[in-house]
Amino acid sequence: MTAPLHDTSAAGPAAVAAPEVPQKAIEGRSPWKIAWIRLKRDKVALAGGVVVLLLILVALFAPLIVGLLGHPPEELHEDMLDPLLGLPAGDWGGMSGDFLLGVEPVNGRDVFSRIVYGARISLLVAFLSAFVAVGLGTFFGIIAGYFGGWVDAAVSRVMDLLLAFPQLLFIIALISVIPSKLWGFEGSGLRIAVLVLVIGFFGWPYIGRIVRGQTLSLREREYVEAARSLGAGRMYILFRELLPNLVAPITVYSTLMIPTNVLTEAALSFLGVGVKPPTPSWGETLSTAVRTYEDDPLFMIFPGVAIFITVLAFNLFGDGVRDALDPKGSR
Amino acid sequence: MLAYLIRRFFAVIVMLLVITLVTFGIFFLFPKMIGTDPALYFVGKQSDPAAIEGIRQKMGLDDPILVQFGKFVVGLVAGRTYANGSDVTHCAAPCFGYSFKTEQEVWPLLTDWLPVTLSLAAGAVVLWVIGGVATGVISALKRGTVLDRSAMGIALAGVSLPIYFTGMLAIALFSDQLGWFGRPEATFADDPAKWFNGMILPWVSLAFLYAAMYARLTRATMLEVLNEDYIRTARAKGLTEPVVIGKHAMRSTMTPILTVLGLDLGALMGGAVLTEYTFSLHGLGYSAVRAISEHDLPVILGITLISAFFVVAANLIVDLMYAVIDPRVRLS
Repeated sequence: MTAPLHDTSAAGPAAVAAPEVPQKAIEGRSPWKIAWIRLKRDKVALAGGVVVLLLILVALFAPLIVGLLGHPPEELHEDMLDPLLGLPAGDWGGMSGDFLLGVEPVNGRDVFSRIVYGARISLLVAFLSAFVAVGLGTFFGIIAGYFGGWVDAAVSRVMDLLLAFPQLLFIIALISVIPSKLWGFEGSGLRIAVLVLVIGFFGWPYIGRIVRGQTLSLREREYVEAARSLGAGRMYILFRELLPNLVAPITVYSTLMIPTNVLTEAALSFLGVGVKPPTPSWGETLSTAVRTYEDDPLFMIFPGVAIFITVLAFNLFGDGVRDALDPKGSR
Repeated sequence: MLAYLIRRFFAVIVMLLVITLVTFGIFFLFPKMIGTDPALYFVGKQSDPAAIEGIRQKMGLDDPILVQFGKFVVGLVAGRTYANGSDVTHCAAPCFGYSFKTEQEVWPLLTDWLPVTLSLAAGAVVLWVIGGVATGVISALKRGTVLDRSAMGIALAGVSLPIYFTGMLAIALFSDQLGWFGRPEATFADDPAKWFNGMILPWVSLAFLYAAMYARLTRATMLEVLNEDYIRTARAKGLTEPVVIGKHAMRSTMTPILTVLGLDLGALMGGAVLTEYTFSLHGLGYSAVRAISEHDLPVILGITLISAFFVVAANLIVDLMYAVIDPRVRLS
C-alpha cells in the first residue's frame, strides 16, 4: 500500500484517456477494490470466509438453533445414560434424532447444543481479545514509530519483555489468582472478561511491532511532510494521515490473530482455567472427554473437530486476505 | 563486539529481574489486594493461627514486597538462611525457596523436571526441522503442483489442530487401539527402549504441529529468495540447479528459519505445557500447571524464571548467530 487511501490520482490520468477507448470504460480502482477482486478469485479463501460467516451466524442464533434441534445446553438427561456405567445408553455415544451428536457421559447433557453454544464463547473471546490486542498494538506501535526517541525505546522494551514472558504459564497464573467476584462481575461473565483482557494484553506486542515498523517507513513519506508543512497537528497526522495507510497490515494480522486466540481460549479451558463450567466451551468439553474417551471416543471428536474447523476456516480466510492485500501480489 | 555482548548481557539480567518482580507481584500483591494471605497457601486453610504466624515469620512473608524480592534475588545468587527463633533452615545457592506444598527445595525439583522437558524438545526439534524444511523446499520448487498443494493443505490443517486433540487421538489410536507405542511411563535410566517407545507419540505430535509451521515458512521464504537477482545471476553463470538451490538459495532461506527456530526452542525448553499435560510427562510445563492449581508460589516462580531465562537466552543467541549466517549484519 503505497498511496493514501483517499488519493484519487490513479483515476486522474485514466479519466483523460477514457474517451479514446469508448467500448471499455476505464475506472480508477482503489487498493481495496483491487484486493476485493483478488479475494473473489481465491476460491479457497472464499470458502473459508463462508464458513467463518456460518460460524458467526451459529453463534448469534445459538438459542434458536438449539431450540429447534436440541435441548438446553445445561439440561441434564440422566435417563439417556446407562445407569451403571454413566455412559450414553445408545450406540455411537447416544446419537439419535433427538440428540444429534449424542449425550455427554456422566451427566447426559446434549452434546450438539453444547457445541453450538461453545461457538459463542470461542468466537466472543477470540474477537474481543483480538480487538483489545489490535487497539493496544496499533496505539503503541504508531506512537513508538512516529515519535521515536525515548517513547520508542520504552515501548519497544515493554514489547520485548512481554514477548519474553512464558505467556501460557503467565496467563494461567494470572487467571488462577483472580477471585470469583471482582468489580461487581462474577461467574462466567468475569472469566470471559478476564480471558479477553489477558489474551489481548499478551497479543498486542505482535501487532505493535508490525505497526511500529510500518510507521517508521511511512513517517518519512512526502504526504506526511506535506501535511506537516500545511500545519497539521500531531494527532491529525497520526490518526488521519498515517492510520489509514496502516489499515491493510492491521487487517491482515487481526484476521490471522483470531484463530490463534480461538486456540488459546480452548487451551485455557482445556487446562481448567478458561470459562467456568457449566458454561459450554469446546476446550472444557475436550478436557471432560479425556476421562471417558476409552469408552466413548466420539464425545472427544466433536469439540476437537469444532475447534479444528473454526481455526482452519479463519486461517484460510486470513491467508486469502493477506494475499489479496499484498502489494507484491506474488502467488 | 565485546561492548555489545556486555550490554546485551546486562539487558538479559534486567529483563529477568523484571520478570521475577512481576511474577512476585502477581502472587503476593494480588492476593493482598483481594484479601487472602500467602501464608495460608503454605500451611493450608485448617492450620492453627500459631503455625501460620510461625511460617510467616520464617519465610518473611510479612516483609514489604520489595524486601522479599531482594531476599529472593540474593538467595538465588548466594543462598539463603531461613530462621524463626531456633528453627533454622539453610538453602544453598541457587536458592529458589521451598515448595509450599511438599516443603522440598525448589531447585532440585526443577533439575528433576528439566531433563523430561529437554528430551521432549530435543526429539521433536530434530523431527520437525527435517520434516518441515524438506517439505517447504520441495513445495517451493514444485510450486503449484498437486504435491505442493496437498503438502500445504496438510500443513494448514496441521497448524489448525490443537496439540491436545492430536495428542489424544494419537494415544487413542496408536497406543490403546493398535498398541504400537506405549505411554511415556519409563525414564531413560530405567529402561531406554521403553522410554524411547513411550516418547515417540509426544515427539511426533509436537513435531507435527511445528513441522506444519516450518513448512509454510520455508516455502514462503524460498519462493521470495528464488525471485532475487542473485539467483538469476547464479543460474546465468551456468551453475547447476542443485548448487543454486542448495548453496545459494538455502543460505538466505535459513536466516528467518533459524530465527524462529531459536525462539521456538527457547520457548519449548521452558516447558511445552499442553504437550506435557496431554501425555502426562512430568516436565516443567506439567509441573507448572499443577503448581499453579495448588498456589505453590515458589515452584511457579522457579519455573517462570527458568522459562523466561531460556527465551531471553535464545533471543541473544539468535541475534549473535545472525552475524555468523548473514554477512550483512554487523553487531554494534
